[in-house]
Amino acid sequence: MSSTDISLHKDVHLEHDDHHDDHHNESFITKYVFSQDHKVIAKQFLFAGIFWAIIGGTLSSLFRMQLGFPEATFNFLEPLLGKWVEGGKLNPEFYLALVTMHGTIMVFFVLTAGLSGTFSNFLIPLQLGARDMASGFMNMLSFWFFFLASVIMFYSLFLETGPAGGGWTVYPPLSALPQAIAGSGTGMTMWLISMALFIVSQLLGGVNYITTVINMRTRGMSMSKMPLTIWSFFLTAVLGLLAFPVLFSAALLLIFDRSFGTSFFLSDIYVAGQALSHTGGSPVLFQHLFWFLGHPEVYIVILPTFGIVSEVITTNARKPIFGYRAMIGSMLGISVLSFIVWAHHMFVSGMNPFLGSVFMFLTLIIAVPSAVKVFNWLATLWRGNINFTPAMLFSVAFVSLFISGGVTGIILGNSALDIQLHDTYFVVAHFHLVMGSAAFFGMFAGVYHWFPKMFGRMMDEKLGYVHFWITFICAYLIFMPMHYMGIAGFPRRYYTWTGFDTFSTFLDMNSFISIAAIAVFFAQLFFLFNFFYSIFRGRRATENPWKSNTLEWTTPVNPGHGNWPGPLPVVYRWPYDYSKPGAPEDFIPQNVPYSQTQSSNLPHERDEF
Amino acid sequence: MITIAVALSIILLLVTLYLLFRIQILASIFKGSYRRDVGKSNKVNAVLLLVFFFVMGGLFIWSFMDAKEDMILPNASVHGIDIDQMFWLTMAVIGIVFVITHILLFVYSYKYQHQDGKRAYFYPHNNKIEIIWTVIPAVVMALLVFSGWKTWAKITSPAPQDAVVVEIMGKQFNWLTRYPGADNKLGVVKHTLITAENEFGIDLTDQNSADDFPGEPSAFHVPKGTPVLLKIRSRDVIHSVFLPHFRVKMDAVPGMPTSFWFIPTKTTAEMQTETGNPDFQYELACTEVCGRGHFAMKTILVVDEPEEYKKWVEAQSKKTFATTLQGGGSDSAAVAVNSEAGAASLATKQ
Repeated sequence: MSSTDISLHKDVHLEHDDHHDDHHNESFITKYVFSQDHKVIAKQFLFAGIFWAIIGGTLSSLFRMQLGFPEATFNFLEPLLGKWVEGGKLNPEFYLALVTMHGTIMVFFVLTAGLSGTFSNFLIPLQLGARDMASGFMNMLSFWFFFLASVIMFYSLFLETGPAGGGWTVYPPLSALPQAIAGSGTGMTMWLISMALFIVSQLLGGVNYITTVINMRTRGMSMSKMPLTIWSFFLTAVLGLLAFPVLFSAALLLIFDRSFGTSFFLSDIYVAGQALSHTGGSPVLFQHLFWFLGHPEVYIVILPTFGIVSEVITTNARKPIFGYRAMIGSMLGISVLSFIVWAHHMFVSGMNPFLGSVFMFLTLIIAVPSAVKVFNWLATLWRGNINFTPAMLFSVAFVSLFISGGVTGIILGNSALDIQLHDTYFVVAHFHLVMGSAAFFGMFAGVYHWFPKMFGRMMDEKLGYVHFWITFICAYLIFMPMHYMGIAGFPRRYYTWTGFDTFSTFLDMNSFISIAAIAVFFAQLFFLFNFFYSIFRGRRATENPWKSNTLEWTTPVNPGHGNWPGPLPVVYRWPYDYSKPGAPEDFIPQNVPYSQTQSSNLPHERDEF
Repeated sequence: MITIAVALSIILLLVTLYLLFRIQILASIFKGSYRRDVGKSNKVNAVLLLVFFFVMGGLFIWSFMDAKEDMILPNASVHGIDIDQMFWLTMAVIGIVFVITHILLFVYSYKYQHQDGKRAYFYPHNNKIEIIWTVIPAVVMALLVFSGWKTWAKITSPAPQDAVVVEIMGKQFNWLTRYPGADNKLGVVKHTLITAENEFGIDLTDQNSADDFPGEPSAFHVPKGTPVLLKIRSRDVIHSVFLPHFRVKMDAVPGMPTSFWFIPTKTTAEMQTETGNPDFQYELACTEVCGRGHFAMKTILVVDEPEEYKKWVEAQSKKTFATTLQGGGSDSAAVAVNSEAGAASLATKQ
């Protein structure tokens, strides 16, 4: 162990060429399991994220079967689900548990840990020209806390009383009272413990990302020369660091209410034939605390993909990103605003209507920086020379999904319109497009794009195309019709709507959505096969297969611990010198000095050192 | 046997697919296209994007038109007209943005696909354009915020004095209603007094309770054309009152009474004629997840002509909580006297 530590320290802190010993002395355990190398940790997060995405997708397929075919019997699920299927019928409480766990898993375990964990870890040191994260040890802890949280959450799926079932937002009193729903028993306890550990993991990771970005940029890499990916990961980490502790406090108070008889969120309750002694608490307080995290959380999910998509689009359009500073400015604006819009989730929660008008104003402002980002992406495509790699297709589709899901936010952010649409399928459609599908597409773009750097091999393009087209078409087939149901008032989290005449329309449409949802779930097998096959048997990658400018492509095909075998690269220019007039090639990497590119330099461009 | 056959055929299918995949790779290596940076598939994908735009755009328009009938619920309240108007106005605004940006996205993708020997246009920024497309959305948003504010302020303003008051309480898993009776005051309730009979937890020692009466278990009535103030409560977990035809929604929160007022404009009978559905009923749904029976937590709201409503109140007000809970002890005249006295002495209680 001690010798490993010594070589690690050399790697991380010294800029000498002293690397001939860095692959010695590493056992399998320290290299692949308890690794402190950011690239290995990134892959650990990626594999865990893929695992959770499969689980989350399976759960959604199960409840889509129920919603699409409410009259059908599902006896064939009995071997899988046991007593949750009674006479071929899904148990309604189990249905709620499925919805709850689908939301929790997708939002936190896949699109937060799987996305930020993978790409922040992988790209921050590589794109900044650092040998590793500021603290490799904390980084390792971050993954293993996440792993622990995952184990507990996974275990809760197999409890006899079922996992948590009160919705992913776990509003008390429902989540506080096992008398009200069985999932609020042990399942909810495990949910809270798992989330507490998850938050610890996020904070450890976030501190590391921020410190690394601030302190460990290589020579010449000023903040205004950083790739947009790094800006987005940096702001995501700041959001997480400020928002997650608030969720932690909410979870803690909920634990107190559940287990120690306090009344933070409970008041005047009579349930299961018994009046409870709790008095003076406010369920709305929990909602404020939850959404103070919950809203920044949706930006924690989508911001990293802003960065990834910007990077992929600019590389494959062979054009500088349009309005680099405006892109950073809009991300800053979105980050700040994301903290002061949370109560738009609560327009009809009974809070003061005046608060509603303030939050409507702030919410609609956030549309402006979002619109700027879309226009800038479009301007980047304009007069480009576009190479449609699978990553690029996913990025173009990302922009489409982001627009389609984003514009309906303008409707939902309007408190007067939200009266009718709150907690209907309109909301479901909105956030599944704008933060569900879009974030998934950004993540796919990232995986296809950086796979060569991660595994030294290329993914198969043709399979990537098949995967892309099925996924893109199905994303719209699933979520567009949901808007119609939402306008008609279909409430969320309903086991079936057949009890209401008002909601008995759209039976065929629900079946259609379910078929598309299950089809797209199976289409992911193309991706899984491609991913695992290519790790072992894919075409060998070159150092810079996409002809990209950022520093990670200046490393060897399989970068070792410490990333660069020689001295760290020095940065002379911004990362977007694509198709610069006068340059022989259509890209100039960041580590090429201006003195070597006399033919293409603009008047003000000369080396600063 | 069948399971084994199915499993075997799936395995065979997968093996075939895998072999096809390998053959395709070998063929492309042989052809030399395997290592080319930008191959034929670039053009195919660019065309597919354009096809996607037209086909999916067409499907969207068709399905939207097709679903329009079912999508737009008939509206039966005064403020609902404002909400609907603003909804469709906002839909038009975002529809324009949606269409323009998508045309640009897909047309640019097709038009600027890779061509050998071509070079992209180096165009890193243009401050003027960026300011323009920041200001325009900001102005549009400001207009939308302003109209939203006006409507929201109107809807959430205090209910008129003459509003008909109905209390609606959510519990797992049904809705209960309570009317304030002749004194127009609801009596005090305490969750500690709740029993199987006294589901509201009504404190009968409060004079205001004396003339309070329940709505029918399956339905409650309100008059057309008068403001109706719903006083909303919950006794266990959070529920949410949703009256889709009236554009009404408000959470029912334990320990924190909420309210929502609206003016119904069409009676149930009128709506039955309008929709051509003789069985039409105004349904009230729960829209905040509340447990196993969430999806079935429904009650009916009946909107009557004012005269019919008066008749219904007359009949229903004989079934006061006081009589049912105390086994029909006091006669209605005494109740009226009591309640007037109570109104004077306990005016602060709601």
